[in-house]
Amino acid sequence: MNNNTLIYILLSIAVTNLIRVLPMLLIRRRIRNRFIRSFLYYVPYVTLAVMTFPAITEATTTPLAGCAALLIGILSAWRGFGLFPVSIICCLVVFIAELF
Amino acid sequence: MNNDIRKGMRDGIPIALGYFAVAFSLGIIAKKAGLLPWEGALCSFFTRASAGEYGVYTLVAVNATYAEVIGMCIVTNLRYILMSTALTQKFSSQTSILRRILTACCVTDEIFGISIAYPGPLATAYTYSAAIVSGIMWAAGCACGIIAGNILPTNMISALSVALYGMFIAIIIPPARRDKAVLIAIAVSFLLSFLCSTMPLISTLSSGLRTILLTILISALAAVIRPRKEADDEQ
Repeated sequence: MNNNTLIYILLSIAVTNLIRVLPMLLIRRRIRNRFIRSFLYYVPYVTLAVMTFPAITEATTTPLAGCAALLIGILSAWRGFGLFPVSIICCLVVFIAELF
Repeated sequence: MNNDIRKGMRDGIPIALGYFAVAFSLGIIAKKAGLLPWEGALCSFFTRASAGEYGVYTLVAVNATYAEVIGMCIVTNLRYILMSTALTQKFSSQTSILRRILTACCVTDEIFGISIAYPGPLATAYTYSAAIVSGIMWAAGCACGIIAGNILPTNMISALSVALYGMFIAIIIPPARRDKAVLIAIAVSFLLSFLCSTMPLISTLSSGLRTILLTILISALAAVIRPRKEADDEQ
């Protein structure tokens, strides 16, 4: 049996967005519980950090280029550069590092 | 033009740049699964789920069951539940349920990142415009990947693919500078994430699942060790 590609796509769209919407339907008010508030405060930073490393070293052709981009990216963000500049800096670091 | 819309579009541009590169490589996989360019663009625009889409396309390629596709979507996208839950606390109490739902549909790793960094209660127009700008490029990238396959030289793809991570870094570092607890949480996240990607058994879990488990574990630990004071939340 050959399944329909369009049904695969519609299913993916429906399920993916349902997951995103679910908390909005269930949680309408401010959460008072101190643990949950603290937990949710840390979630974004931890998630992004977990997804950045070691993935950044696997995205590039050579792992070293990814490491260099990570270090220089952290330094430039620490010095106050914004989203776009840091992104461009990371891309350039990889591009240059992989020339050699 | 509304200031939030302009700001959202501006912050959406670096995201769009990275998205194009990632979606392009996703398109190459979608092509193997037999998707047409418009199908890839449709799926990409309305899901914007890198790991989720990757999982789905590999399943479509082997003509898997619909149930498997549903299961794949749930596991690879489960982290969005955490992100949306965090966002529920970012709205002002006047934000309507429709706006909350639309904002939730915009959630990707990056859009969530910039939305949570928005000063004060979230202006939903900011999130929408960033999501639309970047979503269009995500869809275009996927369609181009299906059409053009391997035209971009590999060193270009390699360089573009770190744009996303550069943005992640720019989101997490400034708060880490202000709050030592965040700095330590990030350092621990890097370390454990690295260990889990190399450890036997755990490394065989999908990266989406590992992300969820580590996020829950580390955030819970941080919340126990360094709970937030009520006053800290007034931002």
